[in-house]
Amino acid sequence: MASKTTKKAKPVETIKEEPIEIRRQMRLMQGNEAVAIGALDAGVNFFAGYPITPSTEIAEILAYELPKRGGVFIQMEDEIASISAITGASLAGAKSLTATSGPGFSLMQEGIGYAKITETPCVVVNVQRVGPSTGMPTSPAQGDIMQSKWGSHGDSPAIVLYPDSVKESYELTIRAVNLAEKYRTCVILLMDEVIGHMREAVALPDVANIRIISRIKPTIPPNWYKHYDENQKYLSPLASFGDGYRFNVTGLTHDQLGFPTNKKVEAHDMMERLRKKISYNIRDLVQIESRDMEDAKIAIFAAGITARSAKSAVAAARAEGIPVGLLRPLTIWPFPDDAVRKMLRNVDIVIVPELNQGQLIQELKRLTKDKADGDLIPIQRADGALITPLDILRVIREVH
Amino acid sequence: MASIPQKVVHEYLRHDKKFPHVWCAGCSNGIVLGAIIRAIAEMELNRNDIVMVSGIGCSSRMPVYIDLNTLHTLHGRAIAYATGVKMYKPNMKVIVVTGDGDCTAIGGNHLIHAARRNIDLTVILINNNIYGMTGGQASPTTPHDAIATTAPYGNIEPDFDICQLAMGAGASFVARTTAFHAIETQNYVKEALNHPGFSLLEVVSACPVIYGRMNKKGSAPDMMKAMRDNSIPLTAYEKLPKEQTEGKIIRGILRREIRPEYTDEYAKLCVRAQGGDNE
Repeated sequence: MASKTTKKAKPVETIKEEPIEIRRQMRLMQGNEAVAIGALDAGVNFFAGYPITPSTEIAEILAYELPKRGGVFIQMEDEIASISAITGASLAGAKSLTATSGPGFSLMQEGIGYAKITETPCVVVNVQRVGPSTGMPTSPAQGDIMQSKWGSHGDSPAIVLYPDSVKESYELTIRAVNLAEKYRTCVILLMDEVIGHMREAVALPDVANIRIISRIKPTIPPNWYKHYDENQKYLSPLASFGDGYRFNVTGLTHDQLGFPTNKKVEAHDMMERLRKKISYNIRDLVQIESRDMEDAKIAIFAAGITARSAKSAVAAARAEGIPVGLLRPLTIWPFPDDAVRKMLRNVDIVIVPELNQGQLIQELKRLTKDKADGDLIPIQRADGALITPLDILRVIREVH
Repeated sequence: MASIPQKVVHEYLRHDKKFPHVWCAGCSNGIVLGAIIRAIAEMELNRNDIVMVSGIGCSSRMPVYIDLNTLHTLHGRAIAYATGVKMYKPNMKVIVVTGDGDCTAIGGNHLIHAARRNIDLTVILINNNIYGMTGGQASPTTPHDAIATTAPYGNIEPDFDICQLAMGAGASFVARTTAFHAIETQNYVKEALNHPGFSLLEVVSACPVIYGRMNKKGSAPDMMKAMRDNSIPLTAYEKLPKEQTEGKIIRGILRREIRPEYTDEYAKLCVRAQGGDNE
């Protein structure tokens, strides 16, 4: 944000907040707060958003912090405008992010598709709540797992990260911004309401020790520039408006220069490019946590807050001598196919607890190939309550 | 103004990229494109510092053809994308080209809020009273009783006065002209680009192939003549008795006032947040 000459203004009373330096020390921190600080540490300098429970704290903290750093905070008229504004700002060179929840996430879907087809880096944080529709705004659910991949019309390969703690919310926010910049796409950070609002003791690392990735800028002369150039791993440089490259961006199917096309060959190339830049980089994108899986006969597959319950259940069951382990995806899209296949081969039973009517389990069914694979046992609820460690432990005891 | 040779217009077009264009014979969009280019050339603006943003529709195809930083976005959302660009790079000139359906139906919310904020965007709204690209459906500016494919018995809805809407929402520069008045369009584009704040220019235009045929408005030249004959300058409007001005398109700068501009205000806010006193 270039500053302009300013005139005298009346002093304005501001809300007093704790300085970030104090917030970094070991203290009780809320998940949404960790996301906001993670965004700042990742270099986010543009936020546009609209208030919605349970994500609003992210906007509130950034409204306070971004102006202090010369970044932009703007409260838009709705979520559609928010995703649009962060995409426009990103094309002008910003590292941009928005935060929302279920209903707002639904409204943003067309814009998310636009950011993906135009390969524009940005991050959408979705602090999930119970749906459909207005649902239960202050209660947790994991009902947006499929929407975060399939919510926008058309095929749209997705990168979606899913933390299970306050500390990890901070880390994965930084990772989300890094991946958005690297892969030139809209990356989604899925949060659970409980993690967004939960407070945990966290100490944040020194900013100097954090790895930050920024988009590659073109160095070639403007008339050689292709907005969607290809190289081996489908990661291409990105010019910003004002850099002298004068490129065109459109949500229509386009050629490598960014101009609309109806040619089947060019449409095919564009679609393959969108697909391959994800599927050719699975190793870089997928992160999983594997716990007590070496000798496990029973596995639990869970993400986010449900995995927290699962961790307690695993510890309790292990204390009873039951060989149980946990596999937890930190990246849910692209789905960790290889790790899940290996798990299915090695265990007799996979318990899949999730706060919805069966979304993650669909992916496990897709990967179940033969009879020797472990049986799938669902634990599902979508009523705003959590699945407790005891709920999972009971099932472990039953199937053991 | 008229001294700008045709060659200048050609210099700004992306001939080697995506021509021929998609517009029908007789469409007004080309006239407006020419007027915008001549205005930019006359003002000697640096092309690298101009972003043209559009939504979806016939008029919104314009950015593809012009050699600027161009952003063809989602239906109705051009102003929201433009707001993002302008907020991050406030020194760039941001032009939004849009239509009556794009800007006042699906994008109405963004229009009124950008006008309220008084953010320095230049919105050029080409109003052809119909959804042309999808084949002739009624828009918020389709006149009462006019025929559209989705109003086959005649349109029962009253139409928006776009300039009144923008003024009501707080736009600080509002002007209207028609595509017949090409030089006036060019001049108003310049005025709008020079205005420090939200500006809206409505260019009443002709869609002879779709709206004109359905409503028996005659040929493209007939519709051009109608724009000439049915419009009056604001100065004349103010003098004439009401009977003689009824139903006329009023051309002119309907509002021009200076009030705090949003990116300026935001820059001041940043100074305040950083402990400065805006001196």
